[in-house]
Amino acid sequence: MANLQSTFVGIKSPNPFWLASAPPTDKKYNVERAYEAGWGGVVWKTLGSEGPPVVNVNGPRYGAIWGPDRRLLGLNNIELITDRPLQVNLQEIKEVKRKWRDRALVISLMVPCDEESWKDILKRIEDTEADGVELNFGCPHGMAERGMGSAVGQVPEYIEMVTRWVKQYSRMPCIVKLTPNITDVRRPAEAAKRGGADAVSLINTINSITSVNLDSFAPEPTIDGKGTHGGYCGPAVKPIALNMVAEIARSPETRGIPISGIGGVTTWRDAAEFMALGAGNVQVCTAAMTYGFKVVQEMISGLSQYLDEKGLASTADLVGRAVPNVTDWQYLNLNYVTKAVIDQEACIKCGRCYAACEDTSHQAIAMSADRTFTVKEDECVACNLCVDVCPVESCITMRELGLGELDQRTGRKVASFANWTTHPNNPSAKAAE
Amino acid sequence: MKQHTPLTPGIVAGRLTPQEYEANFGDISPRLAPHEASVAANRCYFCYDAPCVTACPTSIDIPLFIRQIATGTPEAAARTILSQNILGGMCARVCPTENLCEGACVRETAEGDPVTIGRLQRYATDTLMADGTHPFTRAKPTGKRVAVVGGGPAGLSCAHRLALLGHSVTIYEARAKLGGLNEYGIASYKAPEDFAQREIDWLLQIGGIEVRTNTKVESLSKLRDYDAIFLGVGLAGTNSLGLDKMKNVRDAVEFIAELRQQPDRAKLAVGRNVVVIGGGMTAVDAAVQSKLLGAENVTIVYRRTRGDMGASDVEKAHAETHGVRIVTGAVPAAMGAEARFTYAADASQSLALAADQVLSAIGQTLAQVPVGEKDGLRHEGRKLAPKPAPDVWAGGDCAAGGDDLTVTAVAEGRDAAESIHKALMGA
Ligand SMILES: Cc1cc2nc3c(=O)[nH]c(=O)nc-3n(C[C@H](O)[C@H](O)[C@H](O)COP(=O)(O)OP(=O)(O)OC[C@H]3O[C@@H](n4cnc5c(N)ncnc54)[C@H](O)[C@@H]3O)c2cc1C
Ligand SMILES: Cc1cc2nc3c(=O)[nH]c(=O)nc-3n(C[C@H](O)[C@H](O)[C@H](O)COP(=O)(O)O)c2cc1C
Ligand code: SF4
Repeated sequence: MANLQSTFVGIKSPNPFWLASAPPTDKKYNVERAYEAGWGGVVWKTLGSEGPPVVNVNGPRYGAIWGPDRRLLGLNNIELITDRPLQVNLQEIKEVKRKWRDRALVISLMVPCDEESWKDILKRIEDTEADGVELNFGCPHGMAERGMGSAVGQVPEYIEMVTRWVKQYSRMPCIVKLTPNITDVRRPAEAAKRGGADAVSLINTINSITSVNLDSFAPEPTIDGKGTHGGYCGPAVKPIALNMVAEIARSPETRGIPISGIGGVTTWRDAAEFMALGAGNVQVCTAAMTYGFKVVQEMISGLSQYLDEKGLASTADLVGRAVPNVTDWQYLNLNYVTKAVIDQEACIKCGRCYAACEDTSHQAIAMSADRTFTVKEDECVACNLCVDVCPVESCITMRELGLGELDQRTGRKVASFANWTTHPNNPSAKAAE
Repeated sequence: MKQHTPLTPGIVAGRLTPQEYEANFGDISPRLAPHEASVAANRCYFCYDAPCVTACPTSIDIPLFIRQIATGTPEAAARTILSQNILGGMCARVCPTENLCEGACVRETAEGDPVTIGRLQRYATDTLMADGTHPFTRAKPTGKRVAVVGGGPAGLSCAHRLALLGHSVTIYEARAKLGGLNEYGIASYKAPEDFAQREIDWLLQIGGIEVRTNTKVESLSKLRDYDAIFLGVGLAGTNSLGLDKMKNVRDAVEFIAELRQQPDRAKLAVGRNVVVIGGGMTAVDAAVQSKLLGAENVTIVYRRTRGDMGASDVEKAHAETHGVRIVTGAVPAAMGAEARFTYAADASQSLALAADQVLSAIGQTLAQVPVGEKDGLRHEGRKLAPKPAPDVWAGGDCAAGGDDLTVTAVAEGRDAAESIHKALMGA
């Protein structure tokens, strides 16, 4: 069995699965039960300044979208940072850390954007023996209206400034949590790096309205007839998060900075994908909120089976493996030719591939009177849409044409590697070497 | 051999064509294909403190293993199953899931259509067993020796858990093969292709288990050298009809045992008109398999009501779709070329059925147990107390408590092993 032991910015945990800062990590009761279920670490629900705690709405805080069978695909929330007194949180953090030495415990922080506030909170958390801090520059609702959360995260200069204060007033490893509500995630990541951050974590939630009530004409969740945009998370946000992680992992300015991957991690496979794209570990919120703490057990067994099958001795061997293969469009091989192939044994004759290709793509699938569907290689542009709409996994696959094989659509033989940079249609093409 | 037909009078073999035998005795519920498994697995809600787990006598973590299938790791799923139930492969095939896990599934409540837990369990365990390796490693030898009497599901499960914990185990089995009713009782179409023996070979890979077949234990005194003894002797006796024994009356368990041991079904003789007396799983299995061997008419006659029958609704429906007729409320009166019954509700009314062959399936009993009062043996009703004497444990059908099911035997064997381990190692 592969060893899932993970070390992230010097913080050790028995596996790379941490719970993200959110309700699951809001109190000692939750965190201890999470550890018992097997979670490797937690980032405690974001703490604010000393003083009267924030208040939450007292009506619904979540909106959702579902797939078939009411599978929860996306969740949005209008919850703020912890609404429990700071002292209570600090006391509990200390107790939990004492008792669970082998697990990671990081404190998430969000205080007003001035030096004194940060200096003060860092002093207060000092003797909890927590393993590190995460700066919440991501919360997109409520706190942002008060100049915190994503209001800071959207201004790289603020990120750099606050990170600097944190590194100045604390010896703890510092993880900067980024907001996805921004045009180019590399800028805040660079700012965090300049400020001395030990790592970045991403993504926090995405501005969203999940649905509108068509009787009351108000967005969900609705509080007394009104609604506001909330933060979106869960399986639906994973593709956005993966891309942002990859951008940071491969950018020359930020390459090498440790990344904690967050956003829609639900199974071992999601976690492995984040790690392959450069995340040193992952954080999870919605999956735990949907299925309970036990969901980590599948992540643990699955990741360790996968590492074994791949002959990888540890998670460190997986981290970043896919990064070299993330590139710009212009570098993709335009002479790589594939054609869709329909496995007639597996086909159940629903015709969805036909509808997709005939109505909306390239008219490359033929349908016979007896509902046999076959690919017309002379029309197939290899877009892959039929594969994606087919309800039977692996029924339609893409066959790679060999070098020199005739592409019936273009009438040309498959040539060796060439990309856009050397393509004759490219006005700024460089001559092939 | 002359080709007979279902209409040939008397008890004869070879009523069907080879193709018919093959079709009749094939796998009743073949392994799911990956697509089917994925669709089935994705219906599971991953319930909290799931009712299916509570309903499983071995408490397999069903939501977890199904999620492991859904995420493409059936091998991990199999480890989840087998860590609780080492005969998870057999149980996937033979458990009356409609009364156990699937009966408790919340989707049974929601839609009358439970997640197909049994078939998913088979998908996972078959996948893991296909590569021939054993997923568990034995603990360091403890130097303790335990005798397991009986190599059925209870004995096998107990032996495996003991071996896993580092003890040395000897299984004493009276019959020529290990497996108990897995090998000699379960309906052949539930576990075809010699699955029982393949599963045992795989199970024994744990090491530390010595097997002595054809060795009936007559007295426990010979086993006193062992540090502990586990009795998993099942119910080797059967109840008798108490009527004049006629030539054409046969014990159903014995009939099934012969059937299980004869790979060439064309050699098995069966009556044209078969009457099965009883109302449990054995009656259904004997009736259905008679039909599958080519009997023209098969009738199950049970003395009480349909609801009182030991066979589940699914099993009764299974019998009826195979053309078996079920008559209830009729009490055996005399057996001969005609089987005669009187109705319980009205003794003046009787039923006469043509009967080339009568199969008696009215329950099993504890046969003579190789221990006596002097061993400090305790009885509870007609069975052994689960822990009958200071160094003797018991589990499975022979022990009081629990249903007479394969999965219950596995659970009790495993739990006895844990209890023995505690006793030997001092908790
Ligand atoms: C026809 C039939 C069909 C069934 N179908 C199902 C089904 O579909 N699903 C289900 O869950 N359950 C079914 N059952 C019940 C199930 O088979 C039993 O509950 C289960 O096998 C009990 O396991 P066991 O280990 O306690 O006993 P057994 O399986 O009976 O094994 C006991 C073993 O001990 C051996 N033994 C006995 N005495 C001695 C001795 N003195 N020395 C050495 N060895 C000895 C026997 O030879 C035997 O191998 C069926 C039972 C029958 C009879
Ligand atoms: C109800 C709720 C409250 C959250 N509160 C916080 C918070 O206090 N601090 C924080 O950094 N992130 C917070 N998050 C964001 C999560 O930590 C995480 O970044 C996000 O949910 C994406 O991960 P997921 O797809 O696994 O849920 C919250 C998320 C939810 C759903
Ligand atoms: S989950 Fe339901 S019961 Fe629990 S606090 Fe929220 S609304 Fe109330």
